[in-house]
Parts: sequence; C-alpha cells; structure tokens
Amino acid sequence: MSNLNELYQEILLEHNNKPRNFRKLEDANRQADGYNPLCGDRITLYLKVEEDVITDVAFQGVGCAISRASASMLTQSVKGQTLDKAEEIFDGFHTMITEPEAEVDYDALGDLEMLSGVSAFPTRIKCAILAWHTLHAALAGQGDAVTTE
Amino acid sequence: MSTASGSFDVARIREDFPILKQRINDKPLVYLDNAATGQKPQAVIDALVNYYTCENSNVHRGVHTLSQRATDAYEGARSKVRQFLNAADDREIIFVRGTTEAINLVAQTYGRENIGPGDEIIISAMEHHSNIVPWQILGQETGAILKVVPINDDGELLLDEYEKLLSPRTKLVSIVHQSNALGTINPVEQIVELAHRRGVPVLLDGAQSVAHVPVDVSRVDCDFYVFSGHKLYGPTGIGVLYGKAELLEAMPPYQGGGEMIRSVTFEKTLYNTIPNKFEAGTQNIAGSVGLGAAIDYVANLGMDNIAAYEQELLTYGTRRLAEIGPLRLIGTARHKGSVLSFVMENAHPHDVGTILDAEGIAVRTGHHCAQPLMDRFEVSATVRASLAFYNTKEEIDALVHGIDRVIEIFSR
Repeated sequence: MSNLNELYQEILLEHNNKPRNFRKLEDANRQADGYNPLCGDRITLYLKVEEDVITDVAFQGVGCAISRASASMLTQSVKGQTLDKAEEIFDGFHTMITEPEAEVDYDALGDLEMLSGVSAFPTRIKCAILAWHTLHAALAGQGDAVTTE
Repeated sequence: MSTASGSFDVARIREDFPILKQRINDKPLVYLDNAATGQKPQAVIDALVNYYTCENSNVHRGVHTLSQRATDAYEGARSKVRQFLNAADDREIIFVRGTTEAINLVAQTYGRENIGPGDEIIISAMEHHSNIVPWQILGQETGAILKVVPINDDGELLLDEYEKLLSPRTKLVSIVHQSNALGTINPVEQIVELAHRRGVPVLLDGAQSVAHVPVDVSRVDCDFYVFSGHKLYGPTGIGVLYGKAELLEAMPPYQGGGEMIRSVTFEKTLYNTIPNKFEAGTQNIAGSVGLGAAIDYVANLGMDNIAAYEQELLTYGTRRLAEIGPLRLIGTARHKGSVLSFVMENAHPHDVGTILDAEGIAVRTGHHCAQPLMDRFEVSATVRASLAFYNTKEEIDALVHGIDRVIEIFSR
C-alpha cells in the first residue's frame, strides 16, 4: 500500500465525512480553542469532566481531513476515560505519529491507529495533533487559544 | 514538451533550470509554486559562485582591486535594476532584503515623517499581510487610519469605491500590482492617476508583477515600487525599493550604521546621499549580483514574450480546471496573471496539496498570507497553482490528473 493510501484510509475519510460528536456541548465545564496558523484549521473542543472522568466530549471547527478525523477519533477515545487514561492515550498517539519506529500499544488507541500513516508525512503531523493540544489546553483550563506553532 | 508559438522554446528554457530535472516522490517535479518563489536559472547560480570565487570583497571602501571589482558588480546590478524598471536614475534604486523590508522602510521613514493622527492610508482587500501590517504598525504609532478598497466576486478592485475613498485626509495609497492569491492585475496607471490628481503618492507592491508583467515605473508614474529578487528567479534575501529621487532625498534614514553616513562625530552625524543613505551596513552584495544575473536572464527572454506565454498557459489551465465539476476557481478577474487559485467541494486544500505532492506536483495551500482576502471569499484556505514561463501545458495536464486522484480518494 502506498503512503498516500495508508494516510487516507477509509476509516479516516469516513470520520472526515461524518465526524463523531461534532456539536457544541451545552453543559461543558471545560473548553478550549485550537488554531493552526499555517493552514487556518480551527477547532473548539468541549469537555464535561466529573470527578476525574471525562463524561462527555464534543468538538466543532473547520479543517482538513486529517485534523477533522483526528478530532473525531479523539472524542471517541477519551469519552468515559479518566484524566490519567486520556493522558496515556495522548502519549501513545503522539509517539505513534512522531516516532514511527517506536513500540506503541495499539489496543489502547482503537480507531486512532488509522492515523499512523501520518508519520510518513511530517508536514501533516500538526494537523493530526491539533485536537490533542486543544484537549491539553481544555484540561489545563488555559483560556487562550492554543496554536500548533 | 510543448513549444509555444514564436521564438519561445520552453524545452530549451527548462534546460537552464537544474532543479526542474529532479524527480519528487518518483515522479517528474512539476513546480507550480512560483508565486511563493521562482526557481533559479544556471546563470544566477553561476553568478553567485563567480562572485564568491573571483570578486568577493566589501564595497565602496578599500582602494584594492578586489574592492573595486565588488563595487563595480554591486553598482552594475543597481544599473540593471534601474534599466529593468525604466527608472530615471540609479540613485532611485535602493537594495533591501525584499518586498517586506521595502514596505516597512517606507512606512517607518516616509510614513512617520508625513502621516499623522487621523490621516488615511489606502490599501486594498487583496493585499498580502506585508502590505497591511507595516501600515497598522504605523497607525498604532501615529494614529493614522487604514482604508480598504473593496473588490468584487471576481477579485477585481472596485475603482469607483477607490475614488470615493480618496479624500483630503489620504496621505498615501499602497496597493498590490498583481495579487499573490488571486492573480488579479490591478489597473495601476489609473490608480496612480486618480491619486496624483489629489496630490497623493502611490506605492505599488510589485512582489508578483515584477516577474510576470513588463514594468515601467516612469510610464506608470508610481512614487514607490517594491519587489523581491527571489520571485524574479534571483536569490533570496535581496530586493528593491524604487522611489522617486525627490521623495527619497527628503526621507529620514531607516537604519543607522556604516555606509549611510557622510561624517560622524559624537555630536552630529551627516547622512550620505541616496541610495547609500538607506543602505546601512554591509549589504547583500552577492544577492544583488545574483539579482542582476536574473534580470539579464529574463530581459533576454523578453518580459513581453514571458507575459504572452504565461497568458497562453493561464488560458489553457483555466479551461482545464473549469471542466472539473467539484472545483471552484477563486480569482477570475478579466485581467490576471498566471495564478490558478481554487477550492474543492469535498477536499480541504491541505489534503489536496498532500495528494498532489505524492504526484510530484508542488502547489501552495493555505491562506497565502492574505487572511482578510480569504475572509472576503468565505474560505479558510485555497490551493494555488502559480505558473512561470518554464511551465508547460503538459504540467497543467499533470495537475488535472492529480486533482482527479484527489476526487477519486475523497469519493471512496
């Protein structure tokens, strides 16, 4: 399979066409904006955190297929997880797309494994990571928009 | 490889550009990002090597032979620029780092001296950030106000709206000659004439036009014209500010240092005459020599021939892209340069760019440093294929083929 086919896998394109949890979360208690100034991708991530658990998560925004699919998969993977577990998933995801040779626990990543093809496209890693930086900002309660720069 | 009518032999011209011979992702490189920077002919590369091999020294200083050679090369490049722009005098050519520095120079010298609180600067809706932000900075410092000439849906400047904006408060008009994101070529002679009728000077941003349109600053009668060498197939880090001598002479210096002075004591410094007054410190001598070689190269091909061939490519490209259903061209001015900016129905420009790159095709994707313009067209980004005289119809066919691949991938 070519790098390109590995990047634009069907599941990724399906998340792009029909992103999950793509809405405003009215009862969110954490929220952050992410922005990639290079390409203009923008995302708003909404979280509902109760005790130490992310009980609900949703997003809105505009962006390329990679950033949209990544955000969509993020909402699926962290929903219902503890904050520590969400952090673990983020670490695993980050390793997968930035260190193609490293060992990664794919079971913990679920659909996110479909984004592994991004590692062959250094110019697109920022697209894939935007939603995750935004998640960090939302959990840390930072008010300013995070950027990929 | 296709050959244009007349004496324009593209196959032979391509031989002059070593970078075009390479393969990218196992495909022949199709370089369609010329609005970002142009590729360099061997003559420019050779000029740089020759300068450092045989002439390198500092200019205007030593009595030794090499210093004289370097000075001759540097001042020779200035003459070539003067001739290329048809300026009246070599002293009206200031070497700078590029378009951005030239605009900042005018804002910080002419602007600070002549533009005050409540005064107005007119720009247009299609400006690059480099012709917006320097004026905003000046506005913050002086209280001057930016006025923006609107454009229509084809990306054409609304001249009557421009005329309405000209007022007794207008102190400067700063407008792009050819839009980097749309390709629109503005009616600069009319723009200048309307401003001059009210005694308002005009700066033209020539970053794009210099490489695609024959430029004659004496005929257009603009007060400032600025461009970057690297878009004119020269080296990076060298550019030009053309200014009418009487304006440049009255302007305070931009940076202080060596070369720009006549005499220095701790009490008082007398400034040098133009152009040296604006060239503090050791300049990019090699860059200016490379720019001179680039000007020789394009002048030899003939700017009229270049413009005519690129129009032929543009017409062909516009027709081919118009055949693609889910594609919308952004920038359809009647008078435009060889830029094909577009968006696609289901695929984001970044995804289009990645897929085209896999086909060896280099395009620019993003907001093209023109975010207010993107807002005007209600898009966050576009794909931009920008053509130069070494591009061919076959390369446009390759672009169309690449776009077909995008459609195929995104309709899975």
